[in-house]
Amino acid sequence: MSYVKGLKCRECGRPYPKQPIYVCEYCFGPLEVDYDYDKIKKDLTKEAIESRPQNLWRYRELLPIDGEPTDGLHSGFTPLLRAKNLGKALGVKELYIKDDSVSHPTFSFKDRVVAVALSKAKEFGFDTVACASTGNLANSVSAQAAVANLKRYIFIPADLELGKVIGTLIYNPVLVAVEGNYDQVNRLCSEVALKYKWAFVNINIRPFYAEGSKTYGYEIAEQLGWRAPKHIITPCAGGSLITKIWKGIKEFHKLGLIDKVNTRMYAAQATGCSPISTAVKEDSDIIKPVKPKTIAKSLAIGNPADGVYAVGVTKESGGWAEDVSDDEIVEAIKLLATTEGIFTETAGGVTLGVTKKLIKQGRIPKDESIVVCITGNGLKTQEAVSERIGKPIKIKPNLASFEENVPRSLKR
Amino acid sequence: MSIKVRIPTPLQKLTEGKAEVEVEAKDVRGLIEDLDKNFPGIKDRLCDDKGRIRRFINIYVNEEDVRFLQQDSTPLIDGDEVSIIPAIAGG
Repeated sequence: MSYVKGLKCRECGRPYPKQPIYVCEYCFGPLEVDYDYDKIKKDLTKEAIESRPQNLWRYRELLPIDGEPTDGLHSGFTPLLRAKNLGKALGVKELYIKDDSVSHPTFSFKDRVVAVALSKAKEFGFDTVACASTGNLANSVSAQAAVANLKRYIFIPADLELGKVIGTLIYNPVLVAVEGNYDQVNRLCSEVALKYKWAFVNINIRPFYAEGSKTYGYEIAEQLGWRAPKHIITPCAGGSLITKIWKGIKEFHKLGLIDKVNTRMYAAQATGCSPISTAVKEDSDIIKPVKPKTIAKSLAIGNPADGVYAVGVTKESGGWAEDVSDDEIVEAIKLLATTEGIFTETAGGVTLGVTKKLIKQGRIPKDESIVVCITGNGLKTQEAVSERIGKPIKIKPNLASFEENVPRSLKR
Repeated sequence: MSIKVRIPTPLQKLTEGKAEVEVEAKDVRGLIEDLDKNFPGIKDRLCDDKGRIRRFINIYVNEEDVRFLQQDSTPLIDGDEVSIIPAIAGG
């Protein structure tokens, strides 16, 4: 059963049929899925959702497929945990982590979008999928396409972290490492996509793919007991995730699944690649592209396609944006690990670093509910912290060596 | 001698299906004018009603985004290659 009427240009509203297309022929605005919300409202209730398996497809009516879901059947529904230790460290009362660092199967929120993209690509009849990626998407497309028995072409910047390269190659895709930054990879891929009839998840499948990110927002609301938090801090690369979390929360409200929404959305970036936070701080509607220089490679998109919408979300919701240095990113990764036992990748360091900053600035009050979006796993970006976390104490296998070398009263 | 321009799919209806065309121009603004002379209507697609390049369009000269160069005043010389590409999502 389908709840999708078609596609619609987000800028000029022109309607388009359900096809693997992504850009308006007239104004070049991005195409978006146009749902039949009246029909969804009749069929989708809290009870229905709660009765379903704990994966992202429990919100199936709000996802853009026509048939039954075929991919990512174990993805999503990651923990939303009350972070008491971290809350204490930051001096705030009600702090939560939405933890996609343990997403199945490839440890980042990209498993959500890829689940939707591949289910849709199969409906369109594609036998080959592809993507341009800063790493996490590469991992997820490779893994899920392997399961789906689809051919897979993955394009990455050549300087990616080893963990992300290995975490892609293991699934035996055609992995193309392009000598250039992500924006150059993306530009190349858009030209490849014109020539080859593949399902490029982030290009011609984008209107469908991007909808998968809404489930991150749905889960936050459901796991909080069917309510939206007061503050959500989201990492921003291309600007899609923050836009879709916001859309998801507003949809839940529209469908009567949650009461009021007075959530403020905050965009988090690395200072070395901060076109979105710069636009927010300068109150500009124009995104000035940058050449990224940051350890947060998964966020290193200098020319964010959804940048203007991300800026719009922070404004509409009354939120804000901030950015943090590479040092602050590493410190935040360590803080999350030592308080909550979660080892996040650099993007998570960006999000927590920015959260810390916003609390310090007084932009986020200390007594309201705060959700920090942790979207990826630290085992993939070990280079970022390996020189900053000390070394093991090497000893001989005897008690004397232990007592000689290992301190036994620890100030921790 | 001339400048080679790669045309994105949504505009190929205006270029008789051609994915690549050649133009004569001294800068990016001139390129859009020359395109419009040969393929009437293309300028309206590329530029908003104030004549600015639409915000979801990226124009690259020899693989460099013109926003890192001199925007629509970016000079062009014979043999340059220009790509017109809609903004695309990432991750």
